[in-house]
Amino acid sequence: MTTRTNPLLKISNLHIRFHTLDGVVQAVDGIDFEVYAGETLGLVGESGCGKSVTALSILQLLRCPPAEIQGQIFFEGQNLLELGREGIRKIRGNDISMIFQEPMTSLNPVLRIGEQIAEAGRLHKNMNRQQAWRWAVEMLRMVQIPGPGSRSRQYPHKFSGGMRQRAMIAMALSCNPRLILADEPTTALDVTIQAQIMTLMQRLKQEFKSAIVLITHDLGVIAEMASRVVVMYAGKVVEEAPVKALFKDPRHPYTQGLLGSIPVIGRKEQTGRQLQEIAGMVPSPSNMPVGCRFHPRCRYAMDKCHQEEPPMTRLAGHRRVSCWLESK
Amino acid sequence: MTDIAASSAAKAGNLTADSTLRRNWAKLKRNKAAMVGGVLIIIYLLSALLAPVMFSGNPAAPNLMNSLEPPSFKDPLGTDELGRSILGRIIYGSRVSLIIAVGVVFVGLICGIPLGLVSGYYGGKVDFIIQRATDAMLAFPGFLLALALVAVLGVGIKNTVISIGISMIPLYIRLVRGCVLSIREEVYVEAARAVGTRDVQILLRHILPNVMVPITVQTSLSMGTAILFAAGLGFLGIGVQPPTPEWGAMLGSARSYLFHAPHVATFPGIAIFLAVLSFNLLGDGLRDALDPRFKI
Repeated sequence: MTTRTNPLLKISNLHIRFHTLDGVVQAVDGIDFEVYAGETLGLVGESGCGKSVTALSILQLLRCPPAEIQGQIFFEGQNLLELGREGIRKIRGNDISMIFQEPMTSLNPVLRIGEQIAEAGRLHKNMNRQQAWRWAVEMLRMVQIPGPGSRSRQYPHKFSGGMRQRAMIAMALSCNPRLILADEPTTALDVTIQAQIMTLMQRLKQEFKSAIVLITHDLGVIAEMASRVVVMYAGKVVEEAPVKALFKDPRHPYTQGLLGSIPVIGRKEQTGRQLQEIAGMVPSPSNMPVGCRFHPRCRYAMDKCHQEEPPMTRLAGHRRVSCWLESK
Repeated sequence: MTDIAASSAAKAGNLTADSTLRRNWAKLKRNKAAMVGGVLIIIYLLSALLAPVMFSGNPAAPNLMNSLEPPSFKDPLGTDELGRSILGRIIYGSRVSLIIAVGVVFVGLICGIPLGLVSGYYGGKVDFIIQRATDAMLAFPGFLLALALVAVLGVGIKNTVISIGISMIPLYIRLVRGCVLSIREEVYVEAARAVGTRDVQILLRHILPNVMVPITVQTSLSMGTAILFAAGLGFLGIGVQPPTPEWGAMLGSARSYLFHAPHVATFPGIAIFLAVLSFNLLGDGLRDALDPRFKI
């Protein structure tokens, strides 16, 4: 993190639009961030702020049309958006893989677990059916599924939510990718299982030396896992900081609001309120406010915020924030 | 020790596949109507397979001395205008009808499934073209379309199969496309794409098995329709040609003797009626048993 070598993934000026019947919806509006080898980057924001769409666009899993992607996504110096169908297919699952939010629906109900994990091995590592199957069993052992041999022959409905997510992780890791996009990997799980899955991901990350982009709205997960955090709001990056600095000293009012909405025992005695909500609603992507997109909900909104979009201000300690308060 | 572990593991693996099958079978067994349909189909199948055993003699050979006999011990269902045993002709006719039904469904599946998969998965122009062609075919009543095709292709078993089969294709295209449209949005399809699976494999390994249930149900239902259509063509004299025993053709030639010897038309009619009914009952039963929404 401190040694800024070449980034593994570099997104610059990424725009994603959806052409719908109600007009054009701008889901992501000129975001940029970098991911370095071996680190965990947290991508935080409310539902609908464009986090998942960003992840899907990296692997080109969005249907175009209706989606339209502009900008650059460099993976090891290669622009993924310029690759053809076959080019991106070779990267999917091999160099970059993805863990989805819903473990209950992300496994095919009619295929055995082992078969689904073996698929990546057969596609990218030229394994034959038997080798791939043995490899799949090995991966299941790696993600700590008891009795991987017999479990690999079962169908997903025999697996619990936590076990399915383990199977998904096994699938994502099976080709030892350099980057894993984890889209809310623990959101759909019980709290106790969440902790297990996070510990597992931490351990495997060190073993496999992959970088992770962790997409979540759960700041608890971020505090546990991430080393750097990018906060998104309404399709834009509003703040980026190392995780400790962000939690200690959030600069953007939106980040402050997010941190204030985490329940803290004992806060009621200090501030009179257990939880601090962010007033108002996320603006609709088809009807964005003029100026700073957060100003209708911001406590510190000034006249300037209503008129002009704040520029990205670089701060000390590898931080940046997009707020008029910081760029006087 | 390891042997025991391995064998119990294998058993556990088989159990999962078996138990789903067994549960569906249990559900199907509870459906009396479907079971009646199933038993009838088995009877038809047996009589088709064992026709020479069940009826000795040539069902196509005329015996004019014996024409239009009412049911008797010698000929349990009587004889037709050329003195041929109606029972024998119905038994041999089940061969023809079942071959036609299987052939028609085969043609429908072979053409309908790939077109439906491609149309639903890729969407866009491909979908548009396939769907407009389907619309055009569905604009004709199915029987009329089969009739027109027979007029082009000519008569006989093969052409009957082809023409009725073609008239069934749009049904399968619509059915498969509709299922694919919902399944392609499933997360597991996206997950499969995310590990770099090729489109062909996604269609064949991830999507097609999930469409098999509605296809199975539709197959059973369209077997009934196929038998009915084939009988209709036979009745009009443009389907299977005499002297091949075919139920529809038997009905057609019995028309002239309807008042004089009603049994000649009645028994083939009952054969058609029961065959179509049994496939429909089984199809309905399969739908109830295989549809996860009907959990009993």
